[in-house]
Amino acid sequence: MIEVRHLNKSFGSNRILEDVNFSIAKGESIVIIGRSGGGKSVLLKHLIGLLKPDSGQVLVDQEDITAMNERELLRVRRRFGMLFQNAALFDSLTVAENVAFAFRRNREMSRKEIEEKVADVLDLVDLPGTQNKKPAELSGGMRKRVGLARAIIYRPEILLYDEPTTGLDPIVADSIDQLMLRIRDRLKATSVVVTHDMRSARRVGQRILLLHNRRIYASGTPDEIFGSTDPVVRKFIDGVSDQKEDFF
Amino acid sequence: MNLLARSWIADSLEGLGRIALLAKEAVGSLFRWKVAWSDLIYQIYFMGVKSQSVILITGAFTGMVLGAQTYFQFHKVRMDTATLAVVSVSMCSELGPVLTGLMVAGRVGAAIAAEIGTMRVTEQIDALRTLATHPVDYLVVPRLLAAHIVLPLLTVEAICLGIGAAYVVGVFLLGIDATYSWYNMLKYTDVADVAVGIIKAFIYGGLVALIGCYKGLHCGEGAEGVGRATTESVVASSISILIANFFLTMLLNELLGGV
Ligand SMILES: Nc1ncnc2c1ncn2[C@@H]1O[C@H](COP(=O)(O)OP(=O)(O)OP(=O)(O)O)[C@@H](O)[C@H]1O
Ligand SMILES: [Mg+2]
Repeated sequence: MIEVRHLNKSFGSNRILEDVNFSIAKGESIVIIGRSGGGKSVLLKHLIGLLKPDSGQVLVDQEDITAMNERELLRVRRRFGMLFQNAALFDSLTVAENVAFAFRRNREMSRKEIEEKVADVLDLVDLPGTQNKKPAELSGGMRKRVGLARAIIYRPEILLYDEPTTGLDPIVADSIDQLMLRIRDRLKATSVVVTHDMRSARRVGQRILLLHNRRIYASGTPDEIFGSTDPVVRKFIDGVSDQKEDFF
Repeated sequence: MNLLARSWIADSLEGLGRIALLAKEAVGSLFRWKVAWSDLIYQIYFMGVKSQSVILITGAFTGMVLGAQTYFQFHKVRMDTATLAVVSVSMCSELGPVLTGLMVAGRVGAAIAAEIGTMRVTEQIDALRTLATHPVDYLVVPRLLAAHIVLPLLTVEAICLGIGAAYVVGVFLLGIDATYSWYNMLKYTDVADVAVGIIKAFIYGGLVALIGCYKGLHCGEGAEGVGRATTESVVASSISILIANFFLTMLLNELLGGV
């Protein structure tokens, strides 16, 4: 469904991605893990055409989206839903208007239908009754869940989640994990999850990719990755840091 | 120095090219008509209603000063009753549209650049794109249309206020003869003068909105980037209004004849 071929990206002299290759099958759920600042968000933005690579291709159903202009991309993006790392809510709109944004120009649905849908989706993310709040009145974790509601309300075929559970309490994080699983299983959606939460990675991912030193360093099922003996992979999943010189 | 000058020229040309592309995209989007009425009406409200205080003060005080100053000069040659005619012609064809344009550039252009710029640095523009909405359709076109509609209206308002204020100052304060003044004003103010003012205002509205949107969409990172985009948009649109005014005056004089 999605195929990334020889993707290269740098910002100025700062190389972020180097010859990244992988493909995602329809209905599959992929988890991308990697160091902070390693380029996971940048990679995710390439999948939906928000960033253009320096070289390489991103194919969505055999169509090269890197060659498309902004208008052509709109058609492809209708199939995608994306949750941003910082939620990126429209701060001049209320929660309900944010969540219903995708239906803004939909003439077939009545206002009442849309309101019901919004209420349902807000229930799903554990935020019932927040319709009339402004994003500025919400906490970081609440904003993230509104962002999630906005991305899933129109039932896209492909979902990109940038750190969906970061900054949430363990109970809500668990319910978001389950929500992602339900979306995968019920809607047969293809999902790509970027996360630092190893527990979530293990539950949600059918395949885990480790982005390390600008490349896909390792790829495999959760059992393979979590059972790996490779020192780089082990260090990452066990969360061991290099010893620093004493400063304090 | 040479290198600096050359890069400055290259940058300015690049900016002009990008604005032209943005304008082209906006016109294309206009023909597809992807604008929601509510967005358009909100923008008209925002630009029109919220500019009232500025326009009131600018229009009235410019008219009063112009009236008084013209009277002081004309009084020397006993042409008192031509005062209002001069005020009316210059308000209609030059001062009305230019001053309104400059005020709206400061008031509305800055707000557009700051709003869109903030949306850019907080990834809201990216979010818009993921929701299959073209930023030009959603952000630029409503503002551009609203400015095209609002600026002529504000200009007419400023012109009326200016003339009214000049009348009050002239007749009640300086003692000019009301009837002759009014008669002369109507005699010497052409339909063409009013048309020039309205055409100019229409164009300045587009300039202010387009430059504000452009500066916002291409704004640099962080709070500093937004701040810079805001100032740059005010400076750039004010300067382009002043420059465009000269060329428009010459062009419209050719077209409408004897302004
Ligand atoms: N628009 C940009 N301009 C310049 N550099 C950028 C830009 N976006 C990202 N970078 C750089 O790319 C690198 C990777 O950033 P990215 O946001 O993808 O990291 P990440 O893996 O998502 O990290 P985290 O887990 O902390 O979110 C960073 O070093 C960052 O400085
Ligand atoms: Mg990130």
